[in-house]
Amino acid sequence: MTALLLLHLIAALGAPLLVRWWGRAAFLVLALVPAAALTWVLAQLSVVLAGGVVEETTSWIPALDLAVTLRLDALSLTIAALVTGVGALVLLYCARYVGPGEAGTGRFAGCLTGFAGAMLGLVLADDLLLLYVFWELTTVLSFLLIGGDGARLAGRRAASQALVLTTAGGLAMLVGLLLLGNASGSWLLSEVVADPGTGAAVTTGTLLVLAGAVTKSALVPFHFWLPAAMEAPTPVSAYLHAAAMVKAGIYLVARLAPGLAEVPGWRLVLIGLGLATMLVGGWRALRQHDLKLLLAFGTVSQLGFLMVLLGGGSRELAAAGLVMTCAHALFKSTLFLTVGVVDHATGTRDLRRLSGLGRQLPVVAVIATVAAASMAGLPPLLGFVGKEAAFAALWDGGLPDRTAAALVLAGLVLGSVFTVAYSARFLWGAFAGKPGTPPAEVLHPPGPLFLAAPAVLALAGLVAGPASPALEPLAARYADTLPLVAPEPEHLGLWHGWQPALALSAVTLLGGLALFAVRGRVHRMQERLAVGASADEGYWNVLQGLDRLAVLVTGTTQRGSLPAYLGTILVVLLALPGTLLVTRAPWPDEWRAWDTPVQALVGAVVLVAAVLALRIRQRLSAVLVVGITGYGLAVLFALQGAPDLALTQFLVETLTLVTFVLVLRKLPKDIAERHRGRERAARGTIAVAVGLLMGAVGAVALGARTATPVSVDFPEQAYDFGGGQNVVNVTLVDIRAWDTLGEISLLVVAATGVASLVFLRHRTGGVDRAEHVALRGDGGSRARRAPRRRWLAASATLDPQRRSVVLEVMTRLLFHPIMVFSVYLLFSGHNEPGGGFAGGLVAGLALVLRYLAGGRYELGEAARVDPGLLLGTGLLVAGGSGVAGLLAGADVLQSAIWQATVPVLGDVKLVTSLFFDMGVYLVVVGLVLDVLRSLGAELDRQDDEDDPIGLRPGEVVVR
Amino acid sequence: MTPTIVLPVLIGGLYAAGVYLLLDRSLTRVLLGFLLLGNATNLLLLSTGGPRGLAPILGYAEPEEMSDPLPQALILTAIVITFGISAFLLAMIHRSWRLVHEENVGTDEEDRRVAARSGLDADELDPDDLAPEDRPAGHADSLRPRGGPGTGVPSDDVDLPAASAR
Repeated sequence: MTALLLLHLIAALGAPLLVRWWGRAAFLVLALVPAAALTWVLAQLSVVLAGGVVEETTSWIPALDLAVTLRLDALSLTIAALVTGVGALVLLYCARYVGPGEAGTGRFAGCLTGFAGAMLGLVLADDLLLLYVFWELTTVLSFLLIGGDGARLAGRRAASQALVLTTAGGLAMLVGLLLLGNASGSWLLSEVVADPGTGAAVTTGTLLVLAGAVTKSALVPFHFWLPAAMEAPTPVSAYLHAAAMVKAGIYLVARLAPGLAEVPGWRLVLIGLGLATMLVGGWRALRQHDLKLLLAFGTVSQLGFLMVLLGGGSRELAAAGLVMTCAHALFKSTLFLTVGVVDHATGTRDLRRLSGLGRQLPVVAVIATVAAASMAGLPPLLGFVGKEAAFAALWDGGLPDRTAAALVLAGLVLGSVFTVAYSARFLWGAFAGKPGTPPAEVLHPPGPLFLAAPAVLALAGLVAGPASPALEPLAARYADTLPLVAPEPEHLGLWHGWQPALALSAVTLLGGLALFAVRGRVHRMQERLAVGASADEGYWNVLQGLDRLAVLVTGTTQRGSLPAYLGTILVVLLALPGTLLVTRAPWPDEWRAWDTPVQALVGAVVLVAAVLALRIRQRLSAVLVVGITGYGLAVLFALQGAPDLALTQFLVETLTLVTFVLVLRKLPKDIAERHRGRERAARGTIAVAVGLLMGAVGAVALGARTATPVSVDFPEQAYDFGGGQNVVNVTLVDIRAWDTLGEISLLVVAATGVASLVFLRHRTGGVDRAEHVALRGDGGSRARRAPRRRWLAASATLDPQRRSVVLEVMTRLLFHPIMVFSVYLLFSGHNEPGGGFAGGLVAGLALVLRYLAGGRYELGEAARVDPGLLLGTGLLVAGGSGVAGLLAGADVLQSAIWQATVPVLGDVKLVTSLFFDMGVYLVVVGLVLDVLRSLGAELDRQDDEDDPIGLRPGEVVVR
Repeated sequence: MTPTIVLPVLIGGLYAAGVYLLLDRSLTRVLLGFLLLGNATNLLLLSTGGPRGLAPILGYAEPEEMSDPLPQALILTAIVITFGISAFLLAMIHRSWRLVHEENVGTDEEDRRVAARSGLDADELDPDDLAPEDRPAGHADSLRPRGGPGTGVPSDDVDLPAASAR
C-alpha cells in the first residue's frame, strides 16, 4: 500500500516533466497509476470478503507514536475502489479535455495525480494523525486546483474560501482526533472505533471531528464553498467535488459510526444537518442556469442524503448509504464529465442557450440520460437500488426512535422529489430542443476517447443495478459492524416485491416530474420566498469582521516606536518574573563579599565606565568607555579561571573598537539628545528596575543551585572521547559541537548582512589590488622599479600625508609572526588556551593592522580572497568534518582519533574535531575580513570616488 | 552555592546602564546598550558557574579544582557572536546615515497608518461591489432577476468560465 502511495507521489512530481515531453498524452500514462491502484484494491477483494483486513505499518516518527499504518477493510476497499477508478477515468478524460499545449497543464496534471494519491492515503490510513495529514493534503490540493493559475479573481476567492472553511473544520477535527486518541488510549483508528472510551472528552472530541466532516462534505451551513468551487475545470469538479474529496467527510462518518454513533449529539448533528442540506441543495438546484452549478447544488443535496444514511448508525441505513455512495460517485462524475463535453463542444453551459443538443450529440445525451436516471432513482440503475434500500430501511427501522425515523423518511422523500425534478431539469436544459431558442452550434464534436470515461462510468451505474445482489457481501461486511434496528436485514436488489418503499419511489418520481412540469410556477415561488441573505454573505461578513478586529488590535498595540515596544517587553519582564522573584524566590542564606579583592576593584572600574557611557554624548568617547567595560570583563574572566574567555574577550574588544572607529569616522561627532525629561525618567526607572531584577536573579539562581552540574564529567570526557586537554575547547568542538555549528552559521549570516548593507550592487566588491591603480606620491613607475624601498605592497597608493613609516615598518615586521601565532593558537587550542575562535580573531587583527597601515589596496594584497569564499569554505569544512564522523561509523560530529608515529615529527595524534576548529577559524577570519572590506575598504572607495552606492552612469537616486 | 556580593552588583549595574541606552532613539546608543547588555549577560552566565577555580585544562589543574567549563564554552561563542551582531548594527547605522542622514530609530510610519485607519482592510472587497463575473457562485441569494423584473428566471448564477475560454 505504501508502494502505491509512493507511486502516486512520484507520478505527481514527474507529471510536469511528462507533460512537457508528451503534451496532453501524458495524462494517458498518469491514468495508469490510479488504475494500478484499482487493480491492487480489487485483488484484495477475496481477502476482505472473507472477513480479513490487509494491514501494513512503516515506522515514521517513533517518538511521536506516528507511523504510516495502512489498513484495508470493506469500507476502505469500497471507497478506495471508487477513488482510484474514477481517478483513472478522469485522468483519461483530461487527455482530451485540456487543449494541446495549454499553459499550466503540467501543474494541473501534477496536482490532480497528487490528489488521487492523497485521497487513497486518506481512505487507507489507520493512524489518526496520518489520516489528518492526508485530509489536509487533499484540502491543499483542492485549493491549488480550484485556484488554477490564479488569473481569475473569482477563482482565487473560491479557492481561498474552500481552503479557509475546510481547514478551519480540519483544525477542529485535529483537536477532536487528539481528544479521541487520548480518551481511548490508542492512535489507531480501528482500535478507537472498537473501544472509544466514555466521558466528556469523547463527546467533545466526536463533535469536533464532526465539524471537520461537515465542512469537508459541504453540509449546511458550510455548503456554499462547493458551488463556488465550480470555478475549477470540469474534471476537477467531477473528481474532487463530486466523487472523491467531498466524500472524505462521508467516509470519516461511516468509519467512526460503529464506535461513536451513540455519542450524544451525533445523530442530532448529522441527521439534522444532512436533511437540511438535502432540502436546501435540491431547492437551489432547481433554479440554476449554469449546468455545472445545477450539478453542484445537486451534489450538496446528495451529500446531505448520504450523511443522513451513514450517520444514522444502524445496519440497514449503513448498507443503503454505502450503495448510495457508490451510485452517487458514478452518476455525478458522469454528469460532470458530460457537462465538460457539452461545454467543450458548444462553448457554453447556460441551459437557456443550449437547445436541440440531443439530436446533435446523441451519444452524450444517452450517457447523460442513463446517469441522470440513476440520480433520479429510476430502475434498474444503482441509484434506484440505493434509494429503495434507504426508504425500506427507514420504513421498518433505521433509527431507534420511530417518530424520528418517520420524520427523516418524510424529509428524504421530499428531498428525492427535488432530486427527480432537477435531474429532469438537467436533461431538459442540456439536451432538449427549446422553442424560441436557436439550436446550439457544435463547434468541436467530441471524439471517442473524450467520451470513454463518462461512458464507462454510466455503464458501471447501469450494470451495477441489476448486479447489486453481488454488492451485498461487501456492503454487509461493513454494515454488520453496526446494530440492526429493523426486524430483519433487507437485501440489496432491484425487486423486493410490492412493498411500501416501492410506492415511495413512485411518489418521488411522480412528484419530481410534476415539479419539473410546473417549473415556471416553482420559479415564481422561489422568487417570493427568497430571503435577502445567504450563508456566503455571512461568511464574508465574518471575514470582514475578523479583518476589522485585526486592524483594531494591530492599531492599538503597534504604535510604531521601538523604545515603546522594548519598554513594554521589559515591563512585562518586571511584572511577571519580577513579581515571582519578590514573592516566591528562595533568597540565599549566606553571602561572600568577593572571590578576590581584585575582583571588586575591577568591578568598580567597570561600573564607573558604564555610568560614564550614559553621560558621554561624544560618540568616540562613549565607545571607548564601553570598551573599558569589555576589557574589565576580560580581567574578570581571567580572575575566575577562564583564560580562553579572557583571551577571546580581549581580542574581540579590540576588533569591536576598530570596527566602531571605521564607521564612526563617517558620523557626526556628538549624539543629539532627542528625549524629553519625562522620557528619560521613565527609561531610568525601567533600567534601574531591570538592573535590580537581573542582579537578584543571578544571586538567587546561584543560591538555589543544588544539583550536580552536567559539566562535572566534562574533563574526563574531554580527554577520553575528545582527545584534548583544554576542556573548554573540546566542549566547543566536540561535546557541544552542534551549538558551535549553529553559532558559526550565525556568524556567516551576520557577515553577509554587513556586506549586503554596505555593498548595494554585489555581495562584495571585487578585491582591490594595487596593480590596478596608478600609485600616488612619487609615482608608481619608480616604486615598481624599486620595490625594496617599500615596506608594504600597496602603501604607496595612500596619500603621503596619511602614511606612517613607523606603522608600516611595524606591520611589515609583525604581520607574518602574528599569522603564524594565529595558526599556532588554532593547533594548540585543543590542549592549551586558544582554538579556532581565538586563532581566527588574531589573524583578523593582523589583517586590521595591514589595512590600517596600508589602506584598502593593502588589504587586497594581504588577503586576495573573497570573504564570502572564506566563510563558505569554513562552514563547509566544519560541516564536512561532522559528516566525516558519520562516514567513520560514528554519530554526526563525533570525534575520531588517529595516532601514528611519523618519521620526522614523532608521535602524531590527529583528532577530527581539529578540522571542525579549522572551519571555525576560517569563518572568523572571513567575518573580520568582510567587516574590513565593507566598513573599511568600501567606505574608503565611496569617499575616494564620491560614489555612495555605486551608481551606474546616468542613474539617479530619489530620496 | 554561595553567591558573592560583587558580581550581582556588577551585573545589575551593567544591565541597568545597558537597558537605559537600549531605550534611546539614537542607533549608536542602542548599539552601545546592546554591548553593555552582552557583557552583563556573559558575566551572569559566568557567575552561575560558581566560585572561581583554576583554568579547566587537564595537566594544569585537577578536575576538582577547575572552574566550570560549560558556561565558559557558552560565553566564548556569545562573545564572538556579539561582535558579528555589532558589526551588522554598525553597518545598519552607516547605511541609515548614508541614505537619509539620520541614525535614529524613527516612528514607523506604516504602523502609524494602521493605527490611524478605522475602516476595514481595503484588500477585502465586499463581493456585492464586485463585477458579476467576479462574484463567488452562490453568493447572490437575492433572487433579483437581472435585467429588470419579468425578464429573467431567478438564479444564483454568476458566469463561470467556459472550458473553451480557459
